[in-house]
Amino acid sequence: MNDRPARVPTLTRAGMRLGMQLTMPLIPGTIAMSAAFGTIAAQKGMTLVEAVMMSAFLFAGASQLVAMEVWNNVWTFGTILTLALVTATVNMRYLLMGAALQPWLSGMPRTRIAAMLALLVDANWIIAMRYRSEGGSDAGILLGSGLTMWMFWVAGTIPGFLVGDLVKNPQRFGLDLVLPIFFAAMLVPLWRGRRRALGWMVAGAVAWVTAHFVAGYWFIIAGAIAGSIAGAFLDERR
Amino acid sequence: MSAAEIHIGPLIAILAMTAATYLMRTGGYLAMARVPLTPWVQRMLDALPGCVITATIVPVLARSGSPALLGVAAVVAVMAWSRNEFLAIAVGMGTVMAVRAFGL
Repeated sequence: MNDRPARVPTLTRAGMRLGMQLTMPLIPGTIAMSAAFGTIAAQKGMTLVEAVMMSAFLFAGASQLVAMEVWNNVWTFGTILTLALVTATVNMRYLLMGAALQPWLSGMPRTRIAAMLALLVDANWIIAMRYRSEGGSDAGILLGSGLTMWMFWVAGTIPGFLVGDLVKNPQRFGLDLVLPIFFAAMLVPLWRGRRRALGWMVAGAVAWVTAHFVAGYWFIIAGAIAGSIAGAFLDERR
Repeated sequence: MSAAEIHIGPLIAILAMTAATYLMRTGGYLAMARVPLTPWVQRMLDALPGCVITATIVPVLARSGSPALLGVAAVVAVMAWSRNEFLAIAVGMGTVMAVRAFGL
């Protein structure tokens, strides 16, 4: 295992603060989406504590909303297995995100890595990867951003549950597009010229075709793997 | 049904879903620890963030039509011009809401 840099990544308070600041543009959308989940959870007959617990433990927006579609209050082994599998497929993209973090985080204490991975979501991953691509190495960015997302995600569930229909028509406020809009914003600073963008186009095209033919969330993982393989080859010939 | 109640069925379901998700969050990391970090693998990982982004948004653009297309165009334009995430996301979301309000 000598191919890993021995350097242990730093994790500072300043880094956590920066991670928190970089997450702020996403907070209004996060609260609104979490409130929408709280409302649906209440309609599905969950108690407040159960809904908050799901937000706190699961902490994965899309999968929580998809799970609510399957949630039927019949508690057999089969339904629980279905819920676990649905959640796993929606969250499969985390496999890629965790893999991408490995060379950076390895060398840190295991418990710390385990805790940071528990807080891994799209937002803090993309914020941290952008920071990393610009030469940063402070893992506090990932942790600070993840904790911020977690706090607002858990807190947002409560008003949604209690008030209900706080967000009457989520589509009207573009809540279904919060993540795509944020991702699109983060694409700009990742721009490194047209050659890299070719890999992005491969990713988008493969994802689009996959979404056309395969139900569920496979398109993200299929597109991202195809695009990054293309990217690795394209980069080679630079 | 009081708000503080926790029922055994939902509790087990939440724990099972949490375990499944944590497996996804840690599985890639643990697998990657066994992969030699060759320059080629490094380049692949470097390309991944942008690819995850386009793989996520392109199918959404295709499905959601003009609100998503115009919203993404707006956010990219403002971001490229200002490098201000707050402004870019506000304009992007505003565009989505406006386009939907006018039923384009």
